[in-house]
Amino acid sequence: MLRFILKRAGLAILVALTVSLISFSLLFLSGDPATAIAGEHASDQDVEAIRRIYGFDRPMLVQYWDWLVSALRGDFGESYYFKLPVASLIMDRLSITMTLGVCGISFALLTAVPLGVAAAIKPNSLIDRLALFLSVAGQAMPSFWFGLILIVVFSIQLGWLPPSGTATPLHFVMPTIVLGYYAMPAIMRLTRAGMLEVLSSDYIRTARAKGAPEGLVMFKHALRNAIIPVVSLAAVQMGFMLGGSIVVESIFALHGAGYLAWESISRNDLPTVQALILVFSMFYIVFTFLADVLNAWLDPRMRAG
Amino acid sequence: MKRFLIPATVLALSASAAHADKSEDVLNVAFTKELENVDSYFNSSREGVVLQRAVWDGLIYRDPITNEYKGNLATSWEWIDDLTLELKLREGVTFHNGEPFDADDVVYTVNFVAEEQNGVKTQRNVNWMKSAEKVDQYTVRINLKAPFPAAIEFLSGPVSMYPNEYYAEAGPSGMGLEPVGTGPYKVVSVDPGKHFVLEKYEGYHDSPKGQPEVGTVDIRTIPDVNTQMAELFNGSLDLIWQVPSDLAEKLEQMGKFTVANESTMRIGYLTLDAAGRTGEDNPFTDVRVRRAVAHAIDREALVSALLKGKSQVISTACFPSQFGCDQDVVSYEYDVEKAKALLAEAGYPDGFKTEFYAYRNRDYAEAISSFLNAVGIDTDFKMLQYSALRELRMKSGTPVSFQTWGSYSINDTSAITSQFFKLGSLDDARDEEVAGWLDTADSATDPEVRKENYSKALKKIADQAYWVPMFSYNTNYVFSQDVAYTPTADEVLRFTDMEWK
Repeated sequence: MLRFILKRAGLAILVALTVSLISFSLLFLSGDPATAIAGEHASDQDVEAIRRIYGFDRPMLVQYWDWLVSALRGDFGESYYFKLPVASLIMDRLSITMTLGVCGISFALLTAVPLGVAAAIKPNSLIDRLALFLSVAGQAMPSFWFGLILIVVFSIQLGWLPPSGTATPLHFVMPTIVLGYYAMPAIMRLTRAGMLEVLSSDYIRTARAKGAPEGLVMFKHALRNAIIPVVSLAAVQMGFMLGGSIVVESIFALHGAGYLAWESISRNDLPTVQALILVFSMFYIVFTFLADVLNAWLDPRMRAG
Repeated sequence: MKRFLIPATVLALSASAAHADKSEDVLNVAFTKELENVDSYFNSSREGVVLQRAVWDGLIYRDPITNEYKGNLATSWEWIDDLTLELKLREGVTFHNGEPFDADDVVYTVNFVAEEQNGVKTQRNVNWMKSAEKVDQYTVRINLKAPFPAAIEFLSGPVSMYPNEYYAEAGPSGMGLEPVGTGPYKVVSVDPGKHFVLEKYEGYHDSPKGQPEVGTVDIRTIPDVNTQMAELFNGSLDLIWQVPSDLAEKLEQMGKFTVANESTMRIGYLTLDAAGRTGEDNPFTDVRVRRAVAHAIDREALVSALLKGKSQVISTACFPSQFGCDQDVVSYEYDVEKAKALLAEAGYPDGFKTEFYAYRNRDYAEAISSFLNAVGIDTDFKMLQYSALRELRMKSGTPVSFQTWGSYSINDTSAITSQFFKLGSLDDARDEEVAGWLDTADSATDPEVRKENYSKALKKIADQAYWVPMFSYNTNYVFSQDVAYTPTADEVLRFTDMEWK
């Protein structure tokens, strides 16, 4: 098990390095960082001065190496844009995104899994149709639109929820629903398909034949097996939520890490983007790893393999 | 029902905290963009200018309506020679932290920002100053690198005075987090990029800016304009600005808000590759082709259908209110036949194909592109990020691109025409005669000499159609009916001019 973890960790570092090198070069391709930092009103001299001050006149690989050496020492530098230490900037924004991500995935799992199970127990019933409708609507409706609809109804019409900001837990209600709803359909469809497959298998018939109570059959025998691919999917969705909640963060003015990443790219704020990419790729790696461990716990056959 | 009881109660509690308004003397304002640093020398955004004017003061003040220069932290000033400006300072002014204002503050600030290594973001705002020296406690001299007639304009705009002791200790990042100035509003809290709270400075000196009325200004960054509108409906915002014209129209129709439109100094123009930077055989090297482009575009239609508000058709390579921006230049009327005839005369009876670049206002760029297509100029439209397009223009030029320039709200032609026609890397005309006139105008101290030379340059730019100036921009301000405010034409929100009805 230790060897397994070490191997995974080594792989994770390689993946993170590759991702950061690619993103570093892509940022240089997307536009001149000195021009972007100098801003729209800068003159040629301003741009040149910034190029000198920040050292963009050096070869790209040298700049990457410098960044890497500092990063390995735990120093992510100062944001070109905010002039603040990247580490503290990201910690501040990440806490919002983490809260949102955990709430979002919990909301998605808590609604999608029961719905998926219910739909599988009674295929083609009213509840199955309702679940199908919800998943189609969830996938078809863009999140910015859904977010605005919620704001119009719950903030303007009813006045129950604040439209934007992060001051109180209530501020997170609508963003959670929008973010979670987007992840729901895939989880629900996968739960339903998995349950249907498992329910028609021999060992369920055996369990029922030996007189096991229906609840036990459903949750201990069926769901435990059907949920395995859902765990993997949820891990990916969670990673996606942490890095990709840009639209939701923008609509609800949450100022999280996703929005920061998006804005930093257009500002060519290299240190911030690099650090965020490192953090996001680590999230994917960690969540995938945790999903593997969880699956191994759920399914003893995986432990051997 | 029970389910809703909890949120409703919590909301009632939180609502009273968030919904401060007229009764509590709190004005809630939204910014769209995350401001990088409140220290005004280390940001280059409009939001930064708004805070700069509230938190700090300049030595001089330009009345935004009459354009007259008045003393602010300086009470009088005179040119000792072309390179030396002597200023008498106002006595009895104190910074928000209690530090008294005197010559040492001016000397420290000027010497700090003029040093390139200190990395002031917009070098052009400060790099005309060489240094400052103290004559006595309330007299300073600012030394220039070269004659710079727009000095007074810059001293009344982006150059603010900082407290020497505090700034030496806090530096730009400390100043950004806990700003200290002499301005009408002091900063109570800064959550970088997200949230800024300003409070009326009770000890504000007798400044031409006037005394602040509103007690607290609470500014939150809300990137999505739809969300801003929702907050406005909700009552949790009192003022939003830079509202797109279609939304502003709808808000006005509702009759629940005051919608004010004001012009800005930003103008939109096409720059054409007259110098042949993209290739010797480039059609735009022919003046007839450039004039054809100017005739091809219905600028009136662009203004009335897209920009609306106080936007106006522009024919000069500058904004009309700017010093030296002579309006008496050739103007090309919209005439498709004339454009086609000019193209045929230049050897392109069937038109030609060209790349057309833009970086903002895709809708305007597409409209311009279709006007060009209508006379036979087949455009390959490319929308790039600002920095990518600028890099391309600096390196190899573009045949034709849609550009805009806001002059950093500097009311002087040197802030626009001279930036682009003095043979720099963004100069697509590369006309030495024009560059020479601009050089003279930029450095002459006699206003008449300046006017005359700007006029010569602008006339030739228009005659040769190096640029096709099209329109000025405008911005919409929407505020609740509790707020009284008249926006000015320089796109700066002035909290001192706001009051409750």
